Amino acid sequence: MDNGLSRRRFLTRGMALGCSLAASPLVTPVSLAATAGENRLVVIVLRGGLDGLDLLRPWGDAGFAALRPNLAADRPDDLMLNDMHGLHPALAPLVPMWRAGELGFVQAVSTPYRDKRSHFDGQDILEAGTPGLGQGGARDGWLNRLLQGMDGVDARTAYAIGIDPMLLSRGAAPVSSWTPEVDMVLSAPGLALMQGMYEGDPDMAAALREAVVLAESDGDAAIFEAADGDMMQALADDTQPAGARAGKRHVQVAEFAARQLAADARIACFSIGGWDSHRKQRNTLNGPMRSLADTLTALRDGLGAVSWGRTTVVAVTEFGRTVRENGTQGTDHGTGGMMLLAGGALRGGAVHGKWPGLDEADLYQRRDLMPMDDVRRWAGWAIRSSFGIDKGYLERVVFPGMTLGGDPGLLL
Amino acid sequence: MSFDPVMAETRFGCGLSPKVPRPQAVDAMIARLKEPDAAALEFPVAQFDTFRDTFETYTALNRERRRLDDAGGESAGVREEAKQLMQSMRRRNLEWAWQAMMRCTWTRDGFRERLAFFWFDHFAAYGKGRLYKLLGSTYVEEAIRPNLARKFEDLLIAAATHPFMLLFLDQRSSVGPNSAVAQKKGGTTGLNENLAREVLELHTLGVGGPYSQDDVRQLAELFTGLSWNYRKGFRYLESRSEPGAETVLGKRYGGADGSLEDIHAVLRDLARHPVTARHLSTKLARHFVADTPPEPLVAAMTSVYLDTNGDLAAVYGAMLSHDDAWRSDLGNVKRPVDFVASGFRALAIAPELGDSWRPRDFRRYLLAPLTLMGQPWERPPGPQGWPEEDSQWLSPQGLAARLQWALSAPAVLSDPLPDPRAFVTDALGGEVPSSVTFAARAAENRVEGIALVLMSPAFQRH
Repeated sequence: MDNGLSRRRFLTRGMALGCSLAASPLVTPVSLAATAGENRLVVIVLRGGLDGLDLLRPWGDAGFAALRPNLAADRPDDLMLNDMHGLHPALAPLVPMWRAGELGFVQAVSTPYRDKRSHFDGQDILEAGTPGLGQGGARDGWLNRLLQGMDGVDARTAYAIGIDPMLLSRGAAPVSSWTPEVDMVLSAPGLALMQGMYEGDPDMAAALREAVVLAESDGDAAIFEAADGDMMQALADDTQPAGARAGKRHVQVAEFAARQLAADARIACFSIGGWDSHRKQRNTLNGPMRSLADTLTALRDGLGAVSWGRTTVVAVTEFGRTVRENGTQGTDHGTGGMMLLAGGALRGGAVHGKWPGLDEADLYQRRDLMPMDDVRRWAGWAIRSSFGIDKGYLERVVFPGMTLGGDPGLLL
Repeated sequence: MSFDPVMAETRFGCGLSPKVPRPQAVDAMIARLKEPDAAALEFPVAQFDTFRDTFETYTALNRERRRLDDAGGESAGVREEAKQLMQSMRRRNLEWAWQAMMRCTWTRDGFRERLAFFWFDHFAAYGKGRLYKLLGSTYVEEAIRPNLARKFEDLLIAAATHPFMLLFLDQRSSVGPNSAVAQKKGGTTGLNENLAREVLELHTLGVGGPYSQDDVRQLAELFTGLSWNYRKGFRYLESRSEPGAETVLGKRYGGADGSLEDIHAVLRDLARHPVTARHLSTKLARHFVADTPPEPLVAAMTSVYLDTNGDLAAVYGAMLSHDDAWRSDLGNVKRPVDFVASGFRALAIAPELGDSWRPRDFRRYLLAPLTLMGQPWERPPGPQGWPEEDSQWLSPQGLAARLQWALSAPAVLSDPLPDPRAFVTDALGGEVPSSVTFAARAAENRVEGIALVLMSPAFQRH
């Protein structure tokens, strides 16, 4: 029997067994449209310190090519976005997105973090959204504090997706987490037996109901008709070591995010790692760049025209990298970095922010791109334009110590 | 309710074992804690301090590699040497995780294993560098386990001043603003309040405790001088210490010169503080009994804590001799590490299996599942440790990941798998809900039968 068909048929039966969405305590009868609105926000944390100068290459700056003899060896015309900027070759699939006005950048931005250049502290500050660490002990993330300031938020409003722990979404507001790497696999009779055991335990029963719904929506089958060979094979596939499945993991994450955002969710966050390019950067960044391009494409395709038209994607990193290539054809931890924006809601096709220049005197500590603005200000405007959040709440609670300043008009 | 051998294992130990006898009385549980650490002797894990040479070698190799790279030399040999060193360290790190599971599987003293996890969590720390992050187990072995049945002040001093904690909370880079080092180096150094804040907020008084920002700052000044490097080990460096006395919670410590003894004195006073007594008693009762522990239980523990100046064995004794600790209407959801460890114990997994495992086997059947369940091994979310609330551990993803492990791992760990009908009694004892017995009998095959028993509410909860 065709496997896909039998799975789908069972899903209907599974619903009849009692895992219907309406029965879930996590879904309130209140419609989200009345509260969080129809706009969507996706936050991607690029872990490891993205080299913004490699992603968005400032060819128009006379000093650029000389600083990077290997990394800036060739300049393909079809990757040029304007007179000044060209994309990394692995981002070629995003050129049409730029031309459609659905891709943009903010150059020379950073968090308030300075000088120590540690991934851990840098990511903590990026995700906490605070000016520093250890002052009053921020234990929650700015995305969670944003949710705390929105009306009508429930567990389906926001999703933290993937295996990496996200400080960004941690906090008092409810956030659903799921990673497509968890693959619930169970036979229909097994599920029924499990539901029987959980009858006297409402909390576990609720978690199981949700798990079945989520597992069936993450791209592969969860519930099989019988505990036979097909199910055992699925189980074996799912416990493959990460390497064997890594190739498609980021796409699964993006597709899952798109599926939730196309339905009730309004906020999603996840990470893309691999940006710490100390050596042979021409090779090592191809993978993460491709993942980023695949992710944005999968979000757009998965959301569909209407929802994509209401979506803003914000990709941020803990710090930029040294402007000069190092001795091993890579770059080291720096300061000023880059923020990537995408989405149908975006007024794209633009590179925002001031350009500090690459002359030695223009650099931060004569080595890093000078940060010209607080990355939180730009994230703040993306939030405010998407959800109409109060300016004072953004400056005091979501991003303490940040000054929102003038509206850059990021969204349409 | 009072002492019950099954609950002694499920609520206060690592779960039931088909092979290891259960404790027979509270006194015996406490007495065992004071005996030598039998599980650690049988399944050894190295101590942190023994890796100073490894740090030195690794640092030297990296330095040599950079030198060769910068000079345009051939660094492949050095690179290979560094790679092999990291590989062997990663292997050891995986073996220590296995040892931790074996201790839980075969110990007659499950309470000690639970306490070791509890206190590691209370003094949560993880390494940030490539080598440091592999050494969490060695910190527990050196700082936590030898002190978990002594006075809290001994445990506090051992953990809060341990190199692993000094590294984690940046104490090593904290320099007194008027110290000799600061005078020499000027503006590039400064005070770091991280450790001082966490000692007050997390390790002793607790958040909301009777301390001010000024106390944090004064304690941070008192802590200056605590240091460690791989060449010389733990040291108190007078040159970094802030001169003059500091006042913490209204009491003066130290004179013109700083000293390690002043730091120990303030830690002892913080350990004996009534607010610390209450904070720790509440936290223990919450961890072992219920998210909202009964007040009489906490009060009894706090009182014993104060009477004994924080004798931890006496505080555990006060908990275990209190009827509220054994109430069957209370209990917690097992955290992922406890769930997996109790699964190992119920299946009586043989220690030899780990010898034949390749690194990817440890990752596939132990470490990756724990990450998916929401509790990556030895990687707590921050100095605050893992959350206690059951609701945090009953997420849909967490439950799905537990099911995935319960279906896939036992068949690999235990060949042949036990008969699910017998396994019900192995894992849950005599009194089993009929729906679980039914599920074990009705399951389509052994794999699902074992998984259903492991996923039963009775097994998922302490």
